Amino acid sequence: METAHQLPHGANQMLDLIEAEAGTKVNLCYQCGKCTAGCPAAFAMDYPPRQVIRLLQLGFVEEALNANSIWICASCETCSTRCPRGVDIASLMDTMRRKALQRGKTDKKVAAFNKAFLSNVKNFGRAYEAGLTLQYNLTTGQLFKDMELGLPMMQRGKVSIFPEKIKARAEIKKIFERAEKLGGDN
Amino acid sequence: MKFAYYPGCSANGSGIEYGMSMERTAKILGFELQELEDWNCCGATSGHNTNKLLSLALPARNLVIAEKMGLNSVVAPCAACYSRHRNVEHVVKHDPAMKDMIEQVLELEIQGTTETLSILDVLVNKIGINAIEEKVTNPLTTMKAACYYGCLLVRPVEHTGFDDPEDPQTMDKVMQALGAEPVAWSHKTECCGAAMVTSRPDVGARMLYRVLKDAKENGAECIVTACPLCMLNLDMRQAAVERQYGEKFNLPIYYITELLAIACGDAPQTVGIEKHFVEAGKYLEVVKARAAEAKAAAEQAAQEAAAEAKSKASGAKAQSPSEEVDPKKVDAFIAAFSKNPKKIAAKLIEDEAEAEILVSVLDEKKIANLAKLMASDQDKAQKAAKAYVAAAQKKQGN
Repeated sequence: METAHQLPHGANQMLDLIEAEAGTKVNLCYQCGKCTAGCPAAFAMDYPPRQVIRLLQLGFVEEALNANSIWICASCETCSTRCPRGVDIASLMDTMRRKALQRGKTDKKVAAFNKAFLSNVKNFGRAYEAGLTLQYNLTTGQLFKDMELGLPMMQRGKVSIFPEKIKARAEIKKIFERAEKLGGDN
Repeated sequence: MKFAYYPGCSANGSGIEYGMSMERTAKILGFELQELEDWNCCGATSGHNTNKLLSLALPARNLVIAEKMGLNSVVAPCAACYSRHRNVEHVVKHDPAMKDMIEQVLELEIQGTTETLSILDVLVNKIGINAIEEKVTNPLTTMKAACYYGCLLVRPVEHTGFDDPEDPQTMDKVMQALGAEPVAWSHKTECCGAAMVTSRPDVGARMLYRVLKDAKENGAECIVTACPLCMLNLDMRQAAVERQYGEKFNLPIYYITELLAIACGDAPQTVGIEKHFVEAGKYLEVVKARAAEAKAAAEQAAQEAAAEAKSKASGAKAQSPSEEVDPKKVDAFIAAFSKNPKKIAAKLIEDEAEAEILVSVLDEKKIANLAKLMASDQDKAQKAAKAYVAAAQKKQGN
């Protein structure tokens, strides 16, 4: 798709990086809006999915990375499934979240949750729900978030008090280290 | 049948009923689940939000374990775990450069022989609907269920592919096999917003509200899921959504495996129904009572229909008594007369004394005549019997 406002591809390295990592091309999009129509979270976005793609098409990559949309996206894949042009919008959103994270442009709560979750996995080899909730609440200053659910969860035997640890914890740590080095994301 | 089993981190925690009912399902249907040795967390959403290579390497390690155990079919009941493992299987097949990177991170070789399966795929395509039907002892007749697939079981379709991404049917088929009535509704693959719970609970609540509302409006009395994250959201957060929106849903949420075990004879406690947040035991009792009622009503209707058909048949024969008299029936009545004349006489005449007179006057000719009439028209047979008795009484009186 050619438009008068479109920037030449080479002029925007970040867009090239995003497209390469997402495995999709934004210029395939003809702006039909099917992604936005089906998006269950579009109501809360500043730029709904179609407009995020439009921003990218026009070379406004910074604006796209600053959009709250990438943090509202629930990764449900409805947009990618329905796109008549085969644009993998969910993968673009995913990639943009990672790129935004690298540049420090991030939703603090999401980042805190992801960090807490992955540090569990790195240390124990498994997610540790109770510790995760506590760690997340402490770092985000929401001490009493979901407190009304914590006790009933315990009464129902749905919270293991101690983390499950796998044997190959050293191996998992190395996987994290090598992925961070080779993936260059973190 | 034997599968490698990847329980996922929730099977011992928030999704404990899923783990319990998954094991019961395997026992009931006779397949073996061998847990992957020393498996690790798939990284879930936090993984792919943070580092693509890490999000591929974590599930890839599990698949290598399965390969080493010589098991290529890996069952992952959690939809998120399933999605992450399917994703890396897709990458290993289609992206040799990325596969190489993953192998470097793992310092392991990936054969690429595994296939991760969802529980729905296992039930419908590996075990089969007929085999499930055969095990059902307590059918969930009259259960009105919204089969909820959510996002990751059917999307993206090139990774999943076992069902339609817009109107999937596998769970509906399983529920039908269990005797339930799946409702038609539009939100069966809409995201429930479980991922929004930490970052934007307000957005998540609205997504959840829409799913619950659509199920209710389409006549569902419960929702069935195959994902522990959907369960956590639909079950644990339903009360908060009800408060926030000022609407009561009262929709119990069940794992498909819980209902399968219960329909196959398990007590609800065996699969952890009492651990749910939205009370889920009472509705099972309601269904049980309604199912018993429906069974009794069906039996009665069948009896009435048979009686009606019988009377219709005899009515039709009354109109044309000369035709269509089944000689076999006639012979049967003659045989019955000679074997137990009193019993047959009682069928023709209510009055005991008169019936006795009938028995005393019967001869071969009369028996043949009555037998013929009984085979074609009971009324006429009764009239003829009365006539014989009247004639005998008259004779005696003379």
